[in-house]
Order: sequence, then structure tokens, then C-alpha cells
Amino acid sequence: MSLLMEGKRGLIMGLANDKSLAWGIAKKLREHGAELAFSYQGEALLKRVQPLAAELGSDFLFECDVSNMDALDAAFATLQQRWDSIDFVVHAIGFSDKTELRGKYVDTSLDNFLMTMNISAYSLVAVTKRAAPMMRNGGSILTLTYYGAEKVVPHYNVMGVAKAALETSVQYLANDLGPVNIRVNAISAGPIKTLAASGIGDFRYILKWNELNSPLRRNVTIDDVGGAGLYMLSDLSSGVTGEVHHVDAGYHVVGMKQEDAPDISLV
Amino acid sequence: MSDTAERVKKIVVEHLGVEEDKVTPDASFIDDLGADSLDIVELVMAFEEEFGVEIPDDAAEKINTVGDANKYIEEHKG
Repeated sequence: MSLLMEGKRGLIMGLANDKSLAWGIAKKLREHGAELAFSYQGEALLKRVQPLAAELGSDFLFECDVSNMDALDAAFATLQQRWDSIDFVVHAIGFSDKTELRGKYVDTSLDNFLMTMNISAYSLVAVTKRAAPMMRNGGSILTLTYYGAEKVVPHYNVMGVAKAALETSVQYLANDLGPVNIRVNAISAGPIKTLAASGIGDFRYILKWNELNSPLRRNVTIDDVGGAGLYMLSDLSSGVTGEVHHVDAGYHVVGMKQEDAPDISLV
Repeated sequence: MSDTAERVKKIVVEHLGVEEDKVTPDASFIDDLGADSLDIVELVMAFEEEFGVEIPDDAAEKINTVGDANKYIEEHKG
């Protein structure tokens, strides 16, 4: 097979470690010849991202706090200094106070609601605004979402509401940028044990439930997400935009517990 | 040294990149072994995977030293 990403360059935002969904995507992109830049937030993440970037042949890393518009401007200026154009962006960023990712949504505070919406949803708009002018030959922007945006998943709470805003933003951004051939899509991945997921209450129960009740009777891996990411960011998906693509072993089509799934308990 | 302690030590050495002889039961992950808060989360995830145990947040918050980890895993592993 020819290399799908030969001659394409792009930015990966939100890689944390080798368990990250962004890592699954970045590896597949590199396998197919893409040149990658990485943005990170803070020293603690730099020391994790640097060796991973090096493994994929990249020394192009810069800091970016997506909640700060000046920092975003500076990050894209850094990107532009080295690359005059880009072809894709992977937005793998979300954040909420983990004390509100357990218990009831009704207890969400205003401050955390606004922060979660800002970092997990608005940041895609802010990133797209800055990336689009660099996509001279068209491009593809990909974000990550979760089923908790569509249906209630216990403990996902304010993050589910932010992901709903993110998914709707994908549609509006896709419509705005379609005329300049920039595509905007999301992958709705099934639960995967990542650093980010460690903040979600009863996450092991959610994992077990999905494994027993999805049509494929398994959980998905970062390699499953990587394959779908490669499709979304390459010309294979050239006619696809505004899409939320489920990579969840089919879980989103299921309406009730599988007959063969045993009853499971918390802890 | 118990089998659990040996395996814990191996994970800590690999993850934090520290000398094996520094990983004593009294060693604090943060104060003695240079771990940051993300390292702690990653170590807990690695212990869970290695030993098939579940370490809930409130238990993880009490694991400060290598010996704390050994003890929790010994008491909870299947």
C-alpha cells in the first residue's frame, strides 16, 4: 500500500503518554509518512511528550495553553515560523475538575462548568480559527469525543455536556470551512484507560460494561482509534466532514444489556 | 524480598528511571524518587495492570512510599 500521509504535515495537540488516544493516532500517521509537530501544556507533559515525539522522528514541540488566546496565537506563530502550511490538526484536549466527574451533574459549579466548556469545547473553535489560514491546500481537523455527549453515562456529567457542545461545534465548523476544503470531524471512542480517564468515577465499571455489552464484545484500543484517525486525516475520507464517527466496538447501537452479559457489580 | 516487592521495584525503576538501590520501602515517590503527580497516576495504573488489583482514588491518595504500595497490593491482589 502506498503511504497515505506522504508529504503531509500537521499538529498533534494533547498527547500525554503512550496510553493516549493521540499516541495511537500519531503512530499511524507517522507509519504513513506524515511529519508531526506536538503541542503540550507545562513541564510535566513536556518530559512525557519529548521522547514520544522523538520516537516518531519529530523534534518540533512547543507549549500551548488552549485556554489562553495569547498563548494560542504564540503557538501558531511558532508553528508558522517553521512550516508555512499544514494539512491536519489533531485536537485531543479536554479538562474538568475531577471532583465533579463523580456524583450528580446537578451539583456542577459555575466555575467548573465554564472552565470545562472553555478547555474541552471552545478550544476546538479557537484552534480551528488559527489553523485554517495555514491550510492552504485544504485540510482535515479531528477532535475526540465520547458517547456521554449523546446519552447519559454515570459520572461523565459536565464533560458530557461539553462534549455535546464539541460535537455540535464540529458541525458548525465543518459548514464554515467546507468552502475552503477544510474538513472537521470527530471520533467518538469507546472507553480506554488513559491518564485523562483516570479522573472519571467508576471507570473500571464502565470499561467492563462496554466489554460485555458492545456488539464486538470487547473494548477498543488506541490502535483502533489510530486506524480511524488515519482515515479521517488522510484523503481516504475526502468526502467526509461534520461527522462524529464511532470507534466503540458498536456500543452506540445497543439499547439494553446483552443476554449473555453477566450481572456485574461496582468494585 | 517478596515477589510483590520485586515486581513493584521493577515498575518503579522503569517508570521513574531511578537507581534500583534507591527504591527502598521507606522511599517516598515524590520526595525521594522525584515523581510528579502524573507519575503517581501512571504508577497506580501500572500496578493495577501488573497485579490485577483495583486501587481506588481514596486508596491511591494514601500511597506515599514504595512500602505503602507493596502493602496495599499484598492485601488486595487476587
